[in-house]
Amino acid sequence: MKNDIILAGVGGQGILSIATVIGQAALTEGWYLKQAEVHGMSQRGGEVQSHLRISTEPIHSDLIPQGKADLILSLEPLEALRYVPWLAPDGCVITSSVPFLNIPDYPEIGEVHAAVKALPRHILLDTDALVKEVNAPVQAANMVLLGAAIPMLGIELEIVKEALQKVFARKSEAIVQTNIRALEAGYAYACK
Amino acid sequence: MKHILLGDEAIAQGAIDAGLSGVYAYPGTPSTEITEYIQLSENKCPRGIFCQWATNEKTAMEAALGMSYMGKRALVCMKHVGMNVCADAFVNSAITGVNGGLVVVAADDPSMHSSQNEQDSRFYAKFALIPCLEPSNQQEAYNMVQYGFDLSEKMHVPVLLRVTTRMAHSRAVVNTADEPARQNELSMPADPKHFILLPAFAKRNYADLLKAQPLFTLASEQSGHNQYTRGTDPTRAIVACGIALNYVEEAAVADGASILKITQYPLPLALIRQMVNDGVRDILVAEEGQPVVEELLRGLVPSEITIRGRLTDDLPRMGELSPDCFQNGKSEMSNGKCEMSNDKSQMAKLVLPGRPPSMCQGCGHRDMYTALNEVAREYDAPRIFGDIGCYTLGALSPFHAIHSCVEMGASVTMAKGAADAGQYPAYAVIGDSTFTHSGMTGLLDCANCNADVVILISDNLTTGMTGGQDSAGTGKLERICMAMGIPEEHVRVVVPLAKNMDEMKAVIREETNYHGTSVIIARRECIQTLKRKARK
Repeated sequence: MKNDIILAGVGGQGILSIATVIGQAALTEGWYLKQAEVHGMSQRGGEVQSHLRISTEPIHSDLIPQGKADLILSLEPLEALRYVPWLAPDGCVITSSVPFLNIPDYPEIGEVHAAVKALPRHILLDTDALVKEVNAPVQAANMVLLGAAIPMLGIELEIVKEALQKVFARKSEAIVQTNIRALEAGYAYACK
Repeated sequence: MKHILLGDEAIAQGAIDAGLSGVYAYPGTPSTEITEYIQLSENKCPRGIFCQWATNEKTAMEAALGMSYMGKRALVCMKHVGMNVCADAFVNSAITGVNGGLVVVAADDPSMHSSQNEQDSRFYAKFALIPCLEPSNQQEAYNMVQYGFDLSEKMHVPVLLRVTTRMAHSRAVVNTADEPARQNELSMPADPKHFILLPAFAKRNYADLLKAQPLFTLASEQSGHNQYTRGTDPTRAIVACGIALNYVEEAAVADGASILKITQYPLPLALIRQMVNDGVRDILVAEEGQPVVEELLRGLVPSEITIRGRLTDDLPRMGELSPDCFQNGKSEMSNGKCEMSNDKSQMAKLVLPGRPPSMCQGCGHRDMYTALNEVAREYDAPRIFGDIGCYTLGALSPFHAIHSCVEMGASVTMAKGAADAGQYPAYAVIGDSTFTHSGMTGLLDCANCNADVVILISDNLTTGMTGGQDSAGTGKLERICMAMGIPEEHVRVVVPLAKNMDEMKAVIREETNYHGTSVIIARRECIQTLKRKARK
């Protein structure tokens, strides 16, 4: 069992929290894990990506080879498309449909959505609408996205929830519950 | 105990568990998290480890050498270009030797994710004639710090631990010790003269260092860190250094070739001889950074053996490696910005614009640049010399403000050199932390000849680019500038906000029209550190 995941988004959107929760869940399951992330200059509103690999077998490379990712998990639709060369032929793209507009030459959003929909396996979800539905702030959009990925992770919802609680332990119980609601909303959306 | 740790964090935990007494560092991507981890650990469970940020890499290296002199274990951490800043202290610490273990961590940044060059710190270890360790994974990084301290104390020299971005900033599960080892007791060096580098003493020390070289090689051959595995087809071999080994294994390209794993230098001559004796005809050298081992091997094996690598275009000459470099043979480096040339349906039609980093909305550097640009435009051919930090992004749209960015502190002295050459107006833009790191001495040069320059210190009260570490000059900048010899009336302070634009422009104009050295401090807290405080 292995899962090679590319996490994508714009600096500050919270992709590293997704990686931390999945990592914690993988540790609970006794899986191997490698996760390469980008720090420094790339944080300032620029594109951010992280390679997350979890496996029941030892993992060699910190980076996923092109054409081998099982999953692209993105908080921004244009950023999801950027990593399609890494996607395996039977890989899946799960991305928020909400664009992050901080560049002048952002393509027409309809074209971006169409490109995602043209991929053989994809989930395009309106993370902003989903967080609103469960009365969570937009900052919890990352947990909606993670929830939507759970059916493909090979890790049970309950284990991910526990991991989330551990990772967010230093925050208030209210914040933990908000994020769990967001996680469940994403999960329910993907299971529909 | 099992933890998920960044390579940097594994190094930090390894150092704590090895009985560390002090970490000395200046923040720099990708090395910053080592010191931050130790600071956090000290907050939670104090062991009396000194862990306050140093003003620059040179002061860090020297203080660490002082701690080592007293018999305690000290760690120095920096990004690769920091090695240039501390080179004098570093190279000479190999001549003085050490008392307590001294490990220097250099975090290289191939592909220049957040740097100005791709220099390979392994050259520095070779230059200083000391051992170098290059872990291939996070567990090795953890283990090697302990080994590095032991080796340093056994050989009486500092040991360089070299990592690259991909190791520093990648997480994996690491097994750590349950309890940290005891810290060393205070002790004086056995031969205190060793630390006095008068030529007569230095000659003796240098002879000792040269004599120790075979011992370093022997350690490389016997420590187990370097391993030769004879393949089913030993006429081919892959020499894989540090994390390059992972890419070789991932791509499964060995196909019966022998593997020589290198994670400790100097090169293990006995293992190389074994590879040659097994009849190798073709060697591929996989190494992250510059072709250090590839060049060395050319002088070590018979010339009829083919050596391939970055120098022969079998691997890309620049940029970091990836598994794809091996799978595709001569693959171009992608850096996550691969051309969308493949036929993934709609993708080919859509051009994906890049999303470069930019200064945060609400950042004081933005207002500083707006004011400076507007005033500078009133003059013929103004030149603005920039420096290293978030404000370097002022080179990009919409500001296009700066004309140079070279290395820490260069804004001040380049502006001076330009003014010496006859340029007017000559501005320098430098952050508060970069100013205390390496700008202060340049300002003294300016003051001593009253150079016709305007130095703008964009003071956000933190080391912003690396994530908001304490800045050495906070609360002291005006006094520092005046002490350097800048008249009080030409040390001006403004608050970079849109509502203060007229005042800021007036101050910049006045100081531009003053034909001598002036300093304008544009001071407003970093928007990121401010947000973080508000959340607490």
